[in-house]
Amino acid sequence: MSRVMRRSTPRFKQWLTSAFRGTVMGLLALGALVGCSPVDPEPESAGTQTLTKLITAEQYGNSLAYIFGSGIDAQVRFAPVARNEGLLANSLASAGVSVGQVQTIQGVASSVAKQVMDIENRNHLVACRPESIDSPDEACATQFVSKIGRLLFRRALTDDEIATFVGQASAAVKELDGKELDGEKLDGFYAGLEVVLEGLLIHPEVLFIVESAEPDPNNPEQLRLDAHSLASRLSFFLWNASPDDELLMAAENGELQSPGGVERAVGRMLESPRLVDGMRAFFDDMLVFDEFKTLSKDATIYPEFTSVTAQDAREQTLRTIIDHTLNKDEDYRDLFTSRSTFMSPALAIMYGVPAQPGWAPYTFPEDSPRSGLLTQVSFLSLTSHPGRSSVTLRGMALRERLLCQTVPEPPPGIDFSVLTNPDANYPTQRQRVAAHLETPSCAGCHRITDPIGLSLEQFDGAGGYRLTENGATIDATGSLDGIEFDGAIGLGEALSQNPALPQCLVRRVYSYATGGPPENDARAALNYFNEDFAAQGYQLRNLLRTIALSKAFSLIKNSPSEEERLLATTSSR
Amino acid sequence: MSKWDRRRVLKGMVKGVGVTVALPFLDYFLNGNGTAMAQGAPMPVRFGTWGYGLGGTGKLFVPQQTGRNYQLPEELSSWAPIQEDVNLFTNGNAFPDASPNRNHYTGWVVSRTGIAPDSGSGPSETIDLTIAKKIGGATRFNNLTATATADARDTYSYYNASTPNEPEWSPLAFYKRLFGLDFQDPNADEFERDARVIARQSVLSAIMEQESSLMKTVGVADRERLDQYFTGLRQLELQFTQRLTKPEPIASCVAPGEAPVDVAMDQSTESIKLRHQMMSELMAMAVACDQSRVFNMTYSAAFASTIKTGYAKPHHTCTHEEPVDEALGYQENASFFTRRAMESWVDFVEAFKKIPEGDGTLLDNVLILGTTDVGYARTHSVDGMSVFLAGRAGGKINTGNHIDLNGGSVAQVGYTALRAMGVDSPSWGTLSNETSEVIGDVQV
Repeated sequence: MSRVMRRSTPRFKQWLTSAFRGTVMGLLALGALVGCSPVDPEPESAGTQTLTKLITAEQYGNSLAYIFGSGIDAQVRFAPVARNEGLLANSLASAGVSVGQVQTIQGVASSVAKQVMDIENRNHLVACRPESIDSPDEACATQFVSKIGRLLFRRALTDDEIATFVGQASAAVKELDGKELDGEKLDGFYAGLEVVLEGLLIHPEVLFIVESAEPDPNNPEQLRLDAHSLASRLSFFLWNASPDDELLMAAENGELQSPGGVERAVGRMLESPRLVDGMRAFFDDMLVFDEFKTLSKDATIYPEFTSVTAQDAREQTLRTIIDHTLNKDEDYRDLFTSRSTFMSPALAIMYGVPAQPGWAPYTFPEDSPRSGLLTQVSFLSLTSHPGRSSVTLRGMALRERLLCQTVPEPPPGIDFSVLTNPDANYPTQRQRVAAHLETPSCAGCHRITDPIGLSLEQFDGAGGYRLTENGATIDATGSLDGIEFDGAIGLGEALSQNPALPQCLVRRVYSYATGGPPENDARAALNYFNEDFAAQGYQLRNLLRTIALSKAFSLIKNSPSEEERLLATTSSR
Repeated sequence: MSKWDRRRVLKGMVKGVGVTVALPFLDYFLNGNGTAMAQGAPMPVRFGTWGYGLGGTGKLFVPQQTGRNYQLPEELSSWAPIQEDVNLFTNGNAFPDASPNRNHYTGWVVSRTGIAPDSGSGPSETIDLTIAKKIGGATRFNNLTATATADARDTYSYYNASTPNEPEWSPLAFYKRLFGLDFQDPNADEFERDARVIARQSVLSAIMEQESSLMKTVGVADRERLDQYFTGLRQLELQFTQRLTKPEPIASCVAPGEAPVDVAMDQSTESIKLRHQMMSELMAMAVACDQSRVFNMTYSAAFASTIKTGYAKPHHTCTHEEPVDEALGYQENASFFTRRAMESWVDFVEAFKKIPEGDGTLLDNVLILGTTDVGYARTHSVDGMSVFLAGRAGGKINTGNHIDLNGGSVAQVGYTALRAMGVDSPSWGTLSNETSEVIGDVQV
């Protein structure tokens, strides 16, 4: 504590002292427990910053589905954010909301509120019944606003807030009851609640996830996430949604941060089916599957590749990953060599295998050229041009998405004639890209991408298998970091043994969990996660548990801005 | 002639099946031109931008003569119907100075902000939103932004480095946003205040009262983001207020009577042209109906992924890899893409020119800045860059000129536009791109 006190402003010192005194009893009790605990294998960690993150469309939609059920069609669409160090999630703490986007969100809110208060839904989505549907009912409105507001705001609303919204609902009843709008006569009570729900759904505290810190009673020199912020960070990490009622309750009654509390909460979340939603969102982000929204192929070159193919290709890979890592708890690295997957009729055409209705498990036979994620249509089509494959894009994607390496942008003002004249009519990609490796200004980068992509050349730009290109036999030899192989199966094996593969997953999961790229002082924590991941057989669920329970996840760095926020938050309470 | 017969019809393809899309408004403007916005008020001057990727092909793009009545080079041959309505600036530079020259980025960012972006940094506030601060507050929408690429990431409009101005990418969604249930036809005979909007406005006020307490819980940088969000809420409040007020009639405003059919969302030049044309016409009519006074259209992204059906390389890849045709002396397919982009620029300008307003057309009362990201497509150079200005900005701009920027910064054109739009800034841009002089040749 003395270190923090020395660095802090006088006002903050005063606040910290007071907060510290309040937790002294807890500390004494905890001290006794710590004395009996085994040594914590996790190295000391500075933790992360508290963040103010913009909720994503998927998180907003998932939260609404939990609150109102999946029957509500949210049609949520937020502005895309920029990818930062491999993840869209890393930009949410800096993404702003444009004027136009606020209007879009209001449209979504209006649609959702209308559906909730629709005569078909309101009886089961509004738990209480008003005494009369054409006049205000404060008790029922209070019950609805308190319950829904708590789940949307990820905290209990204050009495003042409830009174404000209930007052608005009552006023709206008088304004709206009996009016005819869009061809229907409004029932005042529900019309009033609808307008208030619409307001709650565009409230900044719903759309921005504001984290806050408090002194850590286990270590007064350190700040930690407060209980509500911890609940939200866990829930958005593991479920890609707001905390549920049980998690919020644990935050509210102190259970979450009591001894063993967070372990129990994380254990429950890891066993919940909602973990699938969370991990699908993570891998969708890590594998840059947002690109599927705009993926299209030239229909004259790849007539078999349709928008359904693209949609199913994404789904196939996500199903494969979830089945492998969560259903079977298998080694993450084996995803790149496994022949087990799932097949749909649209994909069966691309893969040239018999089709079955719907989705069905499928295992590629031993003599198939396909094994692992790199040979799935998703990776192959996404890293190609609309009309042909690309050895450079494929190599770059493997390095950046799966090994967390950075391939520099090409330098500006290159004379591309060295690449195109006079060799553009070579039949195969290997011959066409050879100039990359012969030209000094290009070779530096292409040497680390093209040998990877060349080994995938037996798959065309849509992911279909081929042995020849323009009549010439394709040579699919390639290399990855000094390991040479022939074809995609060899590449998958080399990748699965590359130490950067699991380390990259660890880095991405930790970034995703905490909301930003790891800072330099997170190196020790990352090393610890890497060792732990290896020791536990590279099982995803264990990695998630280790990170979620780590100090590096929940501790907060002391900084001047954190002091300012703590003081402001406390004084406004 | 029946209403239906007079409707403008576009033909497109959806999954290989021909569809007919009715665009009912553009031929409806014969119902008397208004000479003023409302009851004698002068026509407002509006500002727009248009952007496409990958510049042009040197001499095929840059006219041999400067001044008026220049001969249109091959890649600009489609400009004939609008040559007199546009100023073409060529031979400009986007100076990176100490910043890296970022491929496909530095060029358009300098054209729209006057500032070369640093490594890893997004653009600062773009010119359209600077102008929107001055003229965007009086209308239902602060600005309208759309892209023909079907990709919501393709925008040249930024509030700041971390807040792109999200474009609408579906013609149908764009129609619903502009002319759907919330549209108030200024020429409608009847007007009724929507009671739900009154209630919404009240709830919104209650939320906005919480601004100061929420601001205290976040750090300085996040306060800016929240402030931006509350600005959005204030614009929403303005929208609500406008919906409760009977609008003044606008003679030029003839809202489309029915929704367009969404066309295929692929990247073929045919689909992009069709989507672009539909959204341009919706945008122009929304401007005529004074729904917004600032507008942006993206024809193609800087890394343009437009494809020529049956040709394996998309536009960007083509500029890198297509050999120069020995007989023609240039990249034939790369030039094909540039020509299609220029045809769509013509469509965009004509969408405004077709709408009568006052004694002339809507184009007389707008100013449209057209930009790209590079000069010569093949080398991606940021010298030899072109910029366009269409429209007469309410009589402040002379059009029909080809002006050689002589290697000066493209930011000069942006600054000229800013001043024509009444933004009283002594200079614009930084370092070598900083400029404090308007281009006199286009000033009236």
